[in-house]
Amino acid sequence: MITITDLQKSYGRNRVLRDFDMHIEPGEVHALLGSNGAGKSTLAKILTGLTPFNAGDITFEGAPYRPKDKRESEEKGLVMVLQELNVIENLTVAENLFLNRLPTRGGLLNTKTLHAEAAEALERVGLGAISPDTPAAELGIGQQQLVEIAGALLRDIKLLILDEPTASLTAPEIEKLFENVNRLKAQGISIIYISHRMEEIFKISDRVTVLRDGKRIATHRIGEVEMPQLIRAMAGAEVAESERQPSRFSAGDAVGLEVKNLSASGRFSDVSFRVHQGEVVGIAGLIGAGRTELLRAIYGVDPVDSGAVFLQNGQLEHKPSSPQDSVQASMGLIPEDRKGEGLILEHSITMNSVLGELGKYAGKAWFRAEEATAAAEKVNREMSLKYESMDEPVGNLSGGNQQKVVIARWLLKGVDVFLFDEPTRGVDVAAKEAIYQLLQGLAAEGKTILVVSSDFLELMKISDRILVLSNGRLTGEFSPDEYSQEALTEAAFAGFQATAKTPTAA
Amino acid sequence: MNTKRFLTTYGPMFGIWILIVLLFGVLSDNFLTTRTFLTIAGQVPPLVIICCGMTLILIIGGIDLSVGSVLALSASLLCVALARWELALPVAAFLAIFAGFLMGAFNGAISVLLKIPSFVVTLGTLKIAFGLAMLVTASETVPVGTTLEPLAQRISGIGLPVSFLVAIVFVILFQVILSKTVYGRYLVAIGTNEKAVQLAGIPTNLRKISVYAITGALVGVASIFFAARLGAANADAGNGLELSAIAAVVIGGTSLTGGRGSVVNSFVGAMIILTLDSGLAQIGAAEFAKHMVTGIVIVVAVLLDALRGDFLQTLKNRFRKTA
Repeated sequence: MITITDLQKSYGRNRVLRDFDMHIEPGEVHALLGSNGAGKSTLAKILTGLTPFNAGDITFEGAPYRPKDKRESEEKGLVMVLQELNVIENLTVAENLFLNRLPTRGGLLNTKTLHAEAAEALERVGLGAISPDTPAAELGIGQQQLVEIAGALLRDIKLLILDEPTASLTAPEIEKLFENVNRLKAQGISIIYISHRMEEIFKISDRVTVLRDGKRIATHRIGEVEMPQLIRAMAGAEVAESERQPSRFSAGDAVGLEVKNLSASGRFSDVSFRVHQGEVVGIAGLIGAGRTELLRAIYGVDPVDSGAVFLQNGQLEHKPSSPQDSVQASMGLIPEDRKGEGLILEHSITMNSVLGELGKYAGKAWFRAEEATAAAEKVNREMSLKYESMDEPVGNLSGGNQQKVVIARWLLKGVDVFLFDEPTRGVDVAAKEAIYQLLQGLAAEGKTILVVSSDFLELMKISDRILVLSNGRLTGEFSPDEYSQEALTEAAFAGFQATAKTPTAA
Repeated sequence: MNTKRFLTTYGPMFGIWILIVLLFGVLSDNFLTTRTFLTIAGQVPPLVIICCGMTLILIIGGIDLSVGSVLALSASLLCVALARWELALPVAAFLAIFAGFLMGAFNGAISVLLKIPSFVVTLGTLKIAFGLAMLVTASETVPVGTTLEPLAQRISGIGLPVSFLVAIVFVILFQVILSKTVYGRYLVAIGTNEKAVQLAGIPTNLRKISVYAITGALVGVASIFFAARLGAANADAGNGLELSAIAAVVIGGTSLTGGRGSVVNSFVGAMIILTLDSGLAQIGAAEFAKHMVTGIVIVVAVLLDALRGDFLQTLKNRFRKTA
């Protein structure tokens, strides 16, 4: 039904899909499997007209297919139910379902027709118990998702793409979803099923295609393939032994950060680990595994339900309650969204560097600019920041250099524990190396460093140890001699194997 | 809408209004009289008609600070057209409404197309319209004579002014537009999640601009009742009306962040403001106290709205937990 040949897609210099081939048969459930950044979501976006492709061919039912927008792809019958839902909460369920063709009579909304048709559509996905005039805000996430699917089914669809559809569903809701998938399949509708949960893939799909670095690695019929084979296919290249960071800590070293049984419902549960002073510990995992959430919780941005954080070799119990407290306790977070949460782009390098302790440079009345500039310049020089003037807005700097300014702020503040969230996101190769050097330098000074990254190779290069978080739980701990893409990949998927979240008593 | 939902939507606001009325009834011997209610009824029309439009603007996530001085402009045009240019009433009324429409369309077009916050654009329009009103009236108060008097007159038998009934008709009309037409539902959708609306292939810009233009036209209509009650207009007419209108809409529970609101509740919100005004005056409250009480009511209303959001979020989180 759909044949993709030599598909190419780049975002800037970043090639997300290369020489990609794939074929989807009518009435099959075809699973897409791959690590972070393998290209699954990009492929889905191309098929549903959300982003154009650069080169290659897609044929859909024998005709060339190149949708210019979502509308065109929907008219042809290709629909995606997005991971982030597009339900409009202040409208009723019925209004959401028929948003772009609300029936009218005499200028007014024809509620009768609308509700009758909506009830029918809801019945089809097993939501018959929900009244069409319920405000969408009153539905749970799982029900909202089924409403979106019901909306998709209203059109004459040929291909339905489900992107991580079960991420926030309860077990009975998942069952309902699978029933719907099977019913669609019986009607000859094809389904692309994107999921981290292998168990589901084995249960629901006919074939599975593994992607890695934008390429199709393998396609198998379910029943002719075992899980280890798929994990090997996803894992790919290894980091040379020489490139790995030999472990630098020994059991006797002081523990800079200890996390004990930290839980936050719906995000992560029972996470415990230690990071020694002078050690770089990486946290690997798939997107959505709860890694950023964990860092934010340790730093006190988001509340936790239970558990504790200890600093200074267990001397200081730190109740993460606010970022201010964490900074007081000598902890610093370098967020993933550098531009949004880390820096004030219009302000100078100096201002951004001393932002954490402006008070220190407050004289009797005036800001002591020279002193601040001198202090900021010293730290930034040490990190070999490339700049023309300390008064330059940080927005002018490259991604790697911006990252240095964020780090400079914490260095000026004299922080001991550094929490890095995706430190090399969006920076070029040279800048990546510079950031790696910086991390090693910090570790050599005895700082405690925790790094979250989606790039396994990167973590293998820089970490003394790697912890794997999967579906909110720690599923593995690796020392450098145990590093392999395969092992990390397996651990990263492990948490999603366990049965789907079961509903607990409210 | 079923009865239960009808009651939970409109019941609380009416309840609060009645409580306020009863409170003043207890505090003052003269409050529960026909005279009080006729005074309030006389003040209702301009404010309430503007509130119809303001509700829609807040629902799409905007704000209009210019309505007060646009009313001055429209009322001035109306009075000048009738008294100095000696035009026929329908022509003069058209001029007033059309001027309001143009100012509103200007607000909408600039803020939507150029993506400038409506707060700033309408602040500018406030000054522009004020200046134009001074120009039109030559900075004088223009008496209008007897032409508009019938509008302010009471209907024998019911006792309510014609203008009050017209205002009620507008409230019903706009509530129906909001909850029963595709246009109205799109406004709610745009205010809730504009991106999702656009993704559904529904263009939003023109609809958003139209809301400002309609509000402008409503201000023009309101200006006619305003001039009818006072029998004159000047550039200072409608001074502070924008704040009363926004306050009424917010007290009526319309969300300042868009997506949620009701014209009927805005109407009750306006009634609450006017009742407070007249009730406080009757119990002999000092001018400063009147301002403060009204201010406190506005803050409490916004607070309740914010808490409501928090409350819903808590509920949702709880749901997610169990999911």
